[in-house]
Amino acid sequence: MTEAVNQTFDYAAQAAQFAQQTAGPAWLNSLKSDGVEAFAKHAWPTRKTEHWKYTNLSALTKANFAQAAPANSADLSEADAKPLFDIEGLDAAQLVFVNGTFSESLSSDFSALNASGTVEVVRFSQASEAQQQVIAAQLGSITVNEQHMFSALNAGQLEDGVFIRFVKNTKTEQPVQVVHLTTAQDQAFSVNARLLVVSETGSQGVVVESFVSDEASQTALVNSLTECKLQDNAKLFHYRLQLEQEDIIHLGGMHVEQQASSQLESFHVGLGSKVKRVDIVVNHEGSGAHCDLKGVYLPQNNQHIDYHTCIEHKVPHCTTDEVFRGIIADQAKAVFNGRIHIHPDAQKTLAELNNRNLLLSNKAEINTKPELEIYADDVRCAHGATIAQLDEKAMSYMLSRGISRQEAEVMLSFGFINELLDGLEHHPIQEKLRPILAGLFDKGPLGKDESLTRHIV
Amino acid sequence: MLTIKDLQAKVEDKDILKGLNLDIKPGEVHAIMGPNGAGKSTLGNVLSGREGYEVTGGSVQFLGKDLLDMEPEERAREGLFLAFQYPVEIPGVSNLEFLKASVDAVREHRGQEPMDSVSFMKLAREKCKAVNLDQNFLKRGVNEGFSGGEKKRNEIMQMMLLEPSVCILDETDSGLDIDALQVVADGVNSQRSPDRSFIVVTHYQRLLDYIVPDYVHVLAGGKIVKSGGKELALELEEKGYSWIDEEVA
Repeated sequence: MTEAVNQTFDYAAQAAQFAQQTAGPAWLNSLKSDGVEAFAKHAWPTRKTEHWKYTNLSALTKANFAQAAPANSADLSEADAKPLFDIEGLDAAQLVFVNGTFSESLSSDFSALNASGTVEVVRFSQASEAQQQVIAAQLGSITVNEQHMFSALNAGQLEDGVFIRFVKNTKTEQPVQVVHLTTAQDQAFSVNARLLVVSETGSQGVVVESFVSDEASQTALVNSLTECKLQDNAKLFHYRLQLEQEDIIHLGGMHVEQQASSQLESFHVGLGSKVKRVDIVVNHEGSGAHCDLKGVYLPQNNQHIDYHTCIEHKVPHCTTDEVFRGIIADQAKAVFNGRIHIHPDAQKTLAELNNRNLLLSNKAEINTKPELEIYADDVRCAHGATIAQLDEKAMSYMLSRGISRQEAEVMLSFGFINELLDGLEHHPIQEKLRPILAGLFDKGPLGKDESLTRHIV
Repeated sequence: MLTIKDLQAKVEDKDILKGLNLDIKPGEVHAIMGPNGAGKSTLGNVLSGREGYEVTGGSVQFLGKDLLDMEPEERAREGLFLAFQYPVEIPGVSNLEFLKASVDAVREHRGQEPMDSVSFMKLAREKCKAVNLDQNFLKRGVNEGFSGGEKKRNEIMQMMLLEPSVCILDETDSGLDIDALQVVADGVNSQRSPDRSFIVVTHYQRLLDYIVPDYVHVLAGGKIVKSGGKELALELEEKGYSWIDEEVA
């Protein structure tokens, strides 16, 4: 980066200013100005701000992030780019953004898929008048800008985004993959990513969000916001794969509204980075809705990752099954805050939250906090949060079969998250993730040692 | 092959083995019987080097080497195998990869190349069949959700794959019905050979109808108190263990 080492930047002020310079479609102007206004009302988080207690944002002041990526930074050959996000065997229709700019050449041709009549995929900037009306009505209706500072900023800086609509009573087999690829640049810059998914009544679809980067040290701040609306009886498979290189700063959110008897299966994976924070909010608004929320995070070195989840049970008979697992290595830090809020009317709720963490070194740190707030009396709600070392019995068993202690440690650690990968509906995603995640464990005492991971992929 | 002299060991400050002697020659099958709490399981755990078992005296020579000086994984690679009484469940680690990791480790120790995945898969399927386990068990997590009998058969399958010199079966018969017992015993019998020895630890004589031992030893109070041929097992079955106590006293 070109900035002097000791220079600091007032990110909040610059970001607000940058928001004024960005330009989206005119029909989104009111959303934009509401976002700017809401952002201005937020106080910058400090250690005393409850929701940011363990995640420090000072990295945002170390460079001038409040600017777009340099022109032409989106030029990238297909051969370089595709391996970073392609998922073999998934056959996904892909929309690819490089450093925030849409890449026509890297993206799929959506005309055939759109013509199928089961799904509609369009960028905000290309939306027809009818689509504009739907987008304008839904966008920003699920996230609450007053509660989520970076949601507000995302709206304020809105230039474009992706709209996916799964059509009523139809099933779309082909997954839609939205890719945000960042590359190392000579300057700091922001990427503002926005996705709106509307799963209409009785529809079924698959959305994969991939956040990836090239290997070089990253200079981007990514602010990504996804809103999903599941109407009655809709089913949505959602994957959010955050696999960027470790210098990235990523502030992300996923906000969901579930109507009656809808089903969400959402899986998250987060590699650590300089600062990574993801807020997941699911609102059960119609009875009989089910949310299956799973995730794994694996920070190492000096990385930091923070998942804040909040499930709002507002109506009766909804269920939530939430499992997050973390493996924290080296001097890395992880934060997990899992809130389940059962409103007075939400009788017969079944909600389970489980968070297990494995610390691989005595300098690794996890702050985990389940938060249950229950205002209804006829509910079943369970939570568990544990921090553990490897299971000694399993270790002994593996040693007794001749497996070295180091390899056994790797196999057991990987097994801890592989349990969740095993449960994924879409096998090509399992197969894509396994080698990437396994690659985190090939550190032997004398450096990289691939023999340690040869039995896990 | 395996010579145990005056072995003493304790678990959590409690003396369990108090001077145990046993000499096992190649090809022999030794049964160790005894009342609950006599130290039967401790013997297997001490020999395999399990953490938490402290040897306080005596020696164990295994194929001319000092067994007690070896790490648990080295003992396994040298050819010592313990079939666990309670095999551990390891969700997330596939049974197939677990088996391959152990076979590769043992082969590497013997100076052999690791097996390629295709040949190993073929071999593992064969062994599955030999112990009457469905091939799907290879894909599942290690022992995850296996029934008691399936876990024991999985142990025997591991033994077949690792081709050890000395096999210790720790109460492998516990929790098995007659059919499962037969499968396990057939598996063991198929592995009997002039250069492989077995220590069969059991509380009941029943298993010894199927795996016929050369010698039967009675372990009580941390020592072998009586040794004999296979007929000793029948005597124990009939009379129980109390007469041993009287005889020793």
